[in-house]
Amino acid sequence: MYEFLDDFLFSYQSLIYALGINGLLALSMYVVLAIGQLSLGQAAFMGLGAYTSALLTLKLGAPFPLVLLASMAVPAVAALIIGAPTLRLSGVYLALATIGLGEVLRIAFVNSELTGGALGLSGIPEKAGYTLIFSCLALALIAFVLVSRSRIGRAMEAMREDEIAAGMLGVHLPRYRLSALVVSAMLAGLAGALNAHVSSFISPNDYGFDAAVTILSYALLGGIGSPFGPVVGAIILTLLPEVLRPLHDFRLVFNGLIIVIAVLFMPHGLVPWRIRRTGARA
Amino acid sequence: MLAQQLVNGIISGATYALFALGFTLMFGVLNVVNLTYGVYFSTGALIALYATRHFVAPILIALPLAAIATGLIAVVIDGLLLTPLRRKKAPELASLMVTLGATLLLYSLMTAFIGTDIQRFPPAAIDPSAIEIGTVRVSRSQMLIVGTAFVMVVLLLALMRGTRLGLAIRALAENPDVARLMGVDVTLVTFFVSFVSGTLGAAAGILIGLNYNAIQPYMGEAMMLKGFAVIIIGGLGDIRGALIAGLILGLLEGLTAGYVTSTLKDAVGFLLLVLTLWFRPVGLFGRAAIKRA
Amino acid sequence: MNGAILALENLTVRFGGLAAVDGVSFHVEPQTVHGLIGPNGAGKTTAFNLISGLGHQNDGHILFNGETIDDWPSWERAQRGLARTFQNIRTFGEMTVMENVLAGMHAHVGGGLGATLLRLPSFRAAESAAIGKARDILGFVGLADASARRAGSLPYGDQRRLEIARALASDPKLMLLDEPAAGMNPSETASLIDLLLRLKARGVTLLLVEHDMHFIMNLCDRITVLNFGRKIAESTPVEVRSDPSVIEAYLGTKVGERLEAGARVR
Repeated sequence: MYEFLDDFLFSYQSLIYALGINGLLALSMYVVLAIGQLSLGQAAFMGLGAYTSALLTLKLGAPFPLVLLASMAVPAVAALIIGAPTLRLSGVYLALATIGLGEVLRIAFVNSELTGGALGLSGIPEKAGYTLIFSCLALALIAFVLVSRSRIGRAMEAMREDEIAAGMLGVHLPRYRLSALVVSAMLAGLAGALNAHVSSFISPNDYGFDAAVTILSYALLGGIGSPFGPVVGAIILTLLPEVLRPLHDFRLVFNGLIIVIAVLFMPHGLVPWRIRRTGARA
Repeated sequence: MLAQQLVNGIISGATYALFALGFTLMFGVLNVVNLTYGVYFSTGALIALYATRHFVAPILIALPLAAIATGLIAVVIDGLLLTPLRRKKAPELASLMVTLGATLLLYSLMTAFIGTDIQRFPPAAIDPSAIEIGTVRVSRSQMLIVGTAFVMVVLLLALMRGTRLGLAIRALAENPDVARLMGVDVTLVTFFVSFVSGTLGAAAGILIGLNYNAIQPYMGEAMMLKGFAVIIIGGLGDIRGALIAGLILGLLEGLTAGYVTSTLKDAVGFLLLVLTLWFRPVGLFGRAAIKRA
Repeated sequence: MNGAILALENLTVRFGGLAAVDGVSFHVEPQTVHGLIGPNGAGKTTAFNLISGLGHQNDGHILFNGETIDDWPSWERAQRGLARTFQNIRTFGEMTVMENVLAGMHAHVGGGLGATLLRLPSFRAAESAAIGKARDILGFVGLADASARRAGSLPYGDQRRLEIARALASDPKLMLLDEPAAGMNPSETASLIDLLLRLKARGVTLLLVEHDMHFIMNLCDRITVLNFGRKIAESTPVEVRSDPSVIEAYLGTKVGERLEAGARVR
């Protein structure tokens, strides 16, 4: 029995890792969408986290916990720099600035010797595994559920529904926007670091426009009524191309189509459950 | 050396301006950041490429043909994706997301059918002649770019300020509901603006494609970052802003490439964008883009 | 003027070349019901928007409890006790009635991130207290039975009550109500008048915009009349009703006819 499980886990190793990593990325998208914002920086933040962690491990041999912390801190700083000026501007600016960030980082990674240029970095030791990845995912989910069922969660949903009305109730809009962006960056950075340390190899192309939009498709497919929605979306969109061969080649086409269909016809996504927002029995 | 750099800068600047014109028009009037705009850039170039290659059409015919075809594609996309959202009064981020999805979808489709290899115009289509003034060398296609950019700006400004259609467009940009009440055929004007944006994007794609003679499906995407920078620096929705910001960006990039390092060239736009957001978010000519309380 | 809970001083707002609000000054005494009326386009909603922190004035000042609040963003005004309902009802449709009211308490419920994540006793206590208080408020407005329902599923009149409940939850000293009786039938309007009077009895100052003259005349202690962005009259309901300039402003409208006839609307 255990041998079977062992073999199974081995053959599908990277797929199972991907489920966890993409789940984390979906959550990083969720936190921003949950307040009614659109940030497309998740892939860029992931790239920052991945490269930071890979470089710290490869060049400095830093202890892994420190590496993980750094891989969250660096994207957080980037989020602050990009996010702070857009706080009082229309949401469009944030969306554009984050797309721009992705492109610029990709160019930076490709052109820099430090990051291995277009070939990326390889030989990253395998320091993460199932336990770590899925524990992070579980912890993140739990944290989101706890926050959703609280005053903060109510403020977030209020902002998403009607920002002006939410402001009129005392919700400090800029603070929430910036916090959501920073949390999103940290989660994506963590996902990037974990991914780097199970894949042994990272390259700039993994963190470009395609990746950013794919992450969006996870969240839109699953729905953002609860933190579980985007994770379900990530699971489906990670597994589907494996199960349906033709889908694999047209994966990107499919993701794009998902977004279009979700926005036009399924604004609530697949997971119909809406998490309640009270922290005690109402 | 400096003179050539400056001239090159003006040429790339005109390129960016030409690209940004349709983009900013779409944003300024239709109040939507249509991210499929980059696709129009690529589509225009690709259609022109196939027209010259398979139908041996001279470039003077292929160009307008490709531009018009792309304009029509833009109208279809607007009608399929954006009009339903407008009707539902969906939040503007919904338009952003749907055009994002469409962008991914269309690029991937194009790549699937055409491949990612760089394609080139047949030699017959390219005019290699150039003029030389002193130490500066400018090719005919480069002059065409600059000329087209300026002509388009003048035409657009004339349209917007001097014609009834322009008035209708500006009314629509101010307030679609009031415009409708005043008799503006919102649907028609919207489609017209989409059409013009599409043709502008395509024209930019064709001219730039001709200039660098390197065409592949994702070329539009590379331009988009520059496009964002230009429209934000120039001011969302402002035509003069697009031209001036484009020229500034081109010149700064040229100077960076010449005097600092050419690898940082592409980062200049993004840097300017962030600086603009920090210190003057409305851009050079923008009006009250700050929407929030 | 001293002790006024709200004061507008020479407030001017221009859109392009047009002055939507033109040098308007008035003040609202605490624990009164103050009406702001005028024909359509008179600048009432614009004034409301400015008072609640949406938009920027070109000239003049707004004072709340004696403090100039011109630069305060809306959330800061809300935290200091200024609440507002909107002309088109803006309840949070996807959230339940209870959650809407709890959202209203945002500024007054405890529970930082740490306490929330660790589910500390302080968090639980704060949530329970908030829910208790929310129940009281829902009872006060008459929505106690609907607390678990999705806000968007409520009938129109109840959504209006919910919006008021939510505004009340923020513990306001001044509540701005933008056409609260819009779209209501006579019996709903009567209940609303009753609710607002009870609100006043609780010590909340009310500033209302309304077109329903019966509503205004029965509720308000004092009325300011705007036309084309300017103040044209300000007095008690009885005096305002028979003021010739007010009647003239409403000339040609149904309200004007009724005013002129000296009859009560409805």
